[in-house]
Amino acid sequence: MNNDTLIPLVGVVTDVRQDTPDVKTFRVNALEGGKVFEHKPGQCAMLSIPGVGEAMFSITSSPTNKEYMEFSIKKCGCLTNWLHAMDVGQQITIRGPYGNYFPVETELKGKDLLFIAGGIGLAPLRSVINYVRDNRANYGEVQIVYGSRSKDDLVDYQEIIDEWMADPNIQVNLTIDNPQEGWDGHVGFVPNYVKELAPSTNKTVLVCGPPIMIKFTLAGLKELGFTETQVYTTMELRMKCGVGKCGRCNIGNKYVCKDGPVFRFDELDALPDEY
Amino acid sequence: MFRISAEKLNDLFDRIASKQTLYIPVDREDKAAEYKKYESGMTLSSALNTVRSAKDFFFPQTENLAEFRLSGKTIEVKDIRSEHEDFVIFGVRACDARSFGILDSVFLSEPVDTFYKNRRDHGTIVTMACTRPEETCFCTTFGINPTMPGGDVSVFPDGTGYSFLANTEKGKEFMAEISDMLEEGNPAQLAKVQENTRNILKRLPLANLKTDSFGGERLMKHFSSEKWAELSESCIGCGTCTFVCPTCQCYDIRDFDTGNGIKRFRCWDSCMYSDFTKMAHGNSRNSQLERFRQRFMHKLVYHPSNHEGEFGCVGCGRCLSKCPISMNIVKVMKALEDK
Repeated sequence: MNNDTLIPLVGVVTDVRQDTPDVKTFRVNALEGGKVFEHKPGQCAMLSIPGVGEAMFSITSSPTNKEYMEFSIKKCGCLTNWLHAMDVGQQITIRGPYGNYFPVETELKGKDLLFIAGGIGLAPLRSVINYVRDNRANYGEVQIVYGSRSKDDLVDYQEIIDEWMADPNIQVNLTIDNPQEGWDGHVGFVPNYVKELAPSTNKTVLVCGPPIMIKFTLAGLKELGFTETQVYTTMELRMKCGVGKCGRCNIGNKYVCKDGPVFRFDELDALPDEY
Repeated sequence: MFRISAEKLNDLFDRIASKQTLYIPVDREDKAAEYKKYESGMTLSSALNTVRSAKDFFFPQTENLAEFRLSGKTIEVKDIRSEHEDFVIFGVRACDARSFGILDSVFLSEPVDTFYKNRRDHGTIVTMACTRPEETCFCTTFGINPTMPGGDVSVFPDGTGYSFLANTEKGKEFMAEISDMLEEGNPAQLAKVQENTRNILKRLPLANLKTDSFGGERLMKHFSSEKWAELSESCIGCGTCTFVCPTCQCYDIRDFDTGNGIKRFRCWDSCMYSDFTKMAHGNSRNSQLERFRQRFMHKLVYHPSNHEGEFGCVGCGRCLSKCPISMNIVKVMKALEDK
């Protein structure tokens, strides 16, 4: 009998990094080493601890990483509490990859890119950012605007400082919501910061974060002269199957697991506001 | 066309059941009909339709997807699938027969659901033409002809017997197995029965219900309708409509700790339930209005939009007779249709 996508594979956690007080990044390998499967930037995978639950997570590592996959996971429910209690060596089940991906080989190619992320919203964009860094010649200017509640809540902070900010071909703008001791960077919400920075409207934008941040960011971008066709985001709704059959993650006639999670804002505009 | 007289029907069932598992609708003590595994002596129900639809045969209410053994930090996944044995469902009405096609659109599209396909490959569907459609019937709205019910083999009752017509290769194989029990048909008698059924259909209260106002291109118009508030006001979110519906196919996946390993199950779920879309950061369909709207938008707009105009309803009428507050897809269609 053919494989069925609902029957998962087994992976092993080979590294756990405490990123913020409530976000950990897990490195996952196949039992025999290497990756469990290949993916494209922006795609997701179903992770599960049998008996606890199964849920969809974005793959935060870039497909150009040939050694392992990474998942940045915020502790916010039953399954994620369990995942946060894992040590290196713990096996989990994994199936995927699911969904579409950011059009890095087509629509985004040759473009100036502006990444805008809030909090854990950096996780899906990090896959694209590192993909772009590894294929740097294919893209124009790269700017990253990233904000969080506090300095301690910036996911992947070490990588941002050591690699992204050290990269002369990338402009990184960080911000935190409130002033904090030991922080001499920008203070303020992401949407306002984007308006202050007034990026060139030539740029193609990839945005991910809390719904309220996305809403105000999009409004700000429009004020600056951006159009919906220039802005991409990635969505998250409850999922069970991952392949558009269990019936719950739809926005109108589109299933986020299959037709998304990546949508351009003009596509979202044509759908009901039910997310 | 070949025929068997009514008194010989059970001999035919015995023959079929000697080769493979046979399911027929039978009457329970409370007169409600349900599919049962045939055992010698059982009587075919005379009810128009079963309370539960026939979707269980291919998409059971609960099914085991996989098993897991956890030991320390290790996990072993067990693929517990095995090839399904051949079976025959006898007496499926035209509406339920059409529902299999709608389920196929979902489960047999890529990636194919192998659990569903396995059952589908091994099932032979023998349908039964309707002769006494009821007031809740509106299959003709969706282009279904209950006098030509489809499936692998169509059976046509004529009052004193049943005529058989093979529609598929699988149906021809089925007929070959029973051909020695059949005699020449009586087309004139059958034509009279069909004519009578067509006359009943024309007089049914829902005979003029139309689908013209629905389909994928009306997505935003219907979603934004102000009528949803009034339509959904009395809905208690019990989910009965989704459970008796032959085309409702939404499912949940849950794990159960048996004390000796974990079993993962797929179970029917309902978009009418508040936890259907609930997640850690919120719920995309928080109110019963949104959940109610989802069910009907799915059947009348989203499904046709994704499946070449095919509606997700077969007009079987089960939700009409079972809804505790008498709300149903017919009332929704009448409220939303172009005036």
